[in-house]
Amino acid sequence: MSMPRYTLTLWRIAVFIAALVPLAYWSSQVAINAAGPEPGRYLLLNIGQGILWMLLLTLSLTPLTKLTRWKGFTLIRRQLGLWTLTYALLHLFCYAVFILGLDLSRLGSEIVRRPYIIVGMLALTGLIVMGVTSNKWSMRKLGKRWKTLHKIVYLVLGLGLLHFLWVVRADLEQWSLYAAVGALLMILRLPPIARQLPKFRQLIKRPGQARA
Amino acid sequence: MLIKIAKPGDLRESDVTPESVYLSRRRFMGGLAGVGAGLALAGRAQAAASDYQDVPAGNPPGWFKPKLENAEWDSVVPADRELDKLTPFEDATHYNNFYEFGTGKSDPARNADSLETQPWSVVIDGEVANGGRFDLEDIAKPSRLQERIYRLRCVEAWSMVIPWLGIPLGDVIKRAEPTSKAKYVKFETLVAPDQMPGQDSSFALIDWPYTEGLRMDEAMHPLAILGLGMYGRELPNQNGAPFRLIVPWKYGFKSIKSIVRISLVEEQPVNSWQAIAPDEYGFYANVNPKVDHPRWSQATERRLPNSLFNPNIIDTRMFNGYADEVASLYQGMDLRKSF
Ligand code: HEM
Repeated sequence: MSMPRYTLTLWRIAVFIAALVPLAYWSSQVAINAAGPEPGRYLLLNIGQGILWMLLLTLSLTPLTKLTRWKGFTLIRRQLGLWTLTYALLHLFCYAVFILGLDLSRLGSEIVRRPYIIVGMLALTGLIVMGVTSNKWSMRKLGKRWKTLHKIVYLVLGLGLLHFLWVVRADLEQWSLYAAVGALLMILRLPPIARQLPKFRQLIKRPGQARA
Repeated sequence: MLIKIAKPGDLRESDVTPESVYLSRRRFMGGLAGVGAGLALAGRAQAAASDYQDVPAGNPPGWFKPKLENAEWDSVVPADRELDKLTPFEDATHYNNFYEFGTGKSDPARNADSLETQPWSVVIDGEVANGGRFDLEDIAKPSRLQERIYRLRCVEAWSMVIPWLGIPLGDVIKRAEPTSKAKYVKFETLVAPDQMPGQDSSFALIDWPYTEGLRMDEAMHPLAILGLGMYGRELPNQNGAPFRLIVPWKYGFKSIKSIVRISLVEEQPVNSWQAIAPDEYGFYANVNPKVDHPRWSQATERRLPNSLFNPNIIDTRMFNGYADEVASLYQGMDLRKSF
């Protein structure tokens, strides 16, 4: 599907702004005192779910591209990946600053002592590794290994869900929804199923796509 | 220190009045002595009108109003009222763990309107001579309402300071005439999925009814009360209306809400959280800064409300600061094992 260049640029800017909206909204809730008596934890938890949103959206781009062949989805993959990392860093920031009051010795001891935090840190490390190798230079340098390296995104998804599962206290409904979407996205990557995706395109064909 | 629940007149101030719990602002005699000694020596006969100015009026049952007018205000208050300032009513009523109404902290405030609290009856059964189903009014009637300003320490490492209105749990138990076999007290919350949407979730890990328990001597301790109100009014639904437990030296989840059944039993009951995660939540759940929850430290707590760059972190105290009063209950026990 061909589109003018500027449309794609606008699309990328729109995605950028859309990714900022939740952060702006949560911050405004804190600013107007509508985030409850523990605003730091409000941000921590919301941003924590935000990481999963970003991660799942990032992982949905490849199947969406297969379904639609629209290159706009591929174009925002790196951006959404970096948003996932940004949210994760903000989540860690909330924890260290708003929950622990920047008590670094406690941060250190909590990181080594609590399994759910260890798992979170592992996931964050994976995101950081992908983030710093998300540039053209690294892609050239790593060649084929780049693709292999970025498969750790699946590990990050698993670790993120495990971390969340450990946080959940009494009701698994929300967690199950994230896990179900994650599982669906993984299934869509299984080669026999991934191969079928372009065929579905015929079913959802719209006039614009017919010319692609 | 031994705390006996004694005949009127048996309790001396020195027996029961902890250093940390002043009797009243004007240091009247009384305080905890009101327990057992009946109506002896109130803290304050009148609520200061200014205390709860901003608190919205509720819709209490008719019998509640005269009790409120006759309440003993400031019956137990924190020693340091600057450090332990009252949590604003708005925060205490919009930041709740009450999973019957959802798992988010603001869910109970949003969903608890559907709870029908009038009329309310409570079954008292098990090892008692005088059991049965009682109207809440009749359970409350013989005891004078007392205001207890307690620290509330949640197992999630945050805390508040709440002015409860309640009656001593020991009074209610004594009236039920426990038999010699009564070793524990078991409490159950209402089960009503039509009123409590959280009980309708097929993903809930709690096996309703929410259940809690106390050892007999814990239940008879003068600090343990059955709450009917807070902030000078009846309990809002999301805070466990119309009848809940308050055990200030234990983590908040022990203080079970919207109670419909109190059973005196011989065997130690399994409380709901212990049933879900026995390695994380024990039967005793005494506030203890030295025993961490597996997922976080209990050494400190965030006193709410806090703000982003001032998380208001304070040291957690043994038995939530009520060690002078309750430590003797646990003498000789390994609190690391009996957590
Ligand atoms: C990519 C990695 C991560 C993901 C996807 C993630 C996701 C989440 C999610 C979804 C929640 C629960 C939100 C809720 O209950 O509504 C959460 C909570 C939490 N996370 Fe993370 N997280 C990650 C990394 C980390 C790291 C690195 C840390 C700390 C070093 C951390 C610390 C916490 C804490 C303390 C909580 C709150 C627990 C509580 O008080 O209930 N997370 N996280």
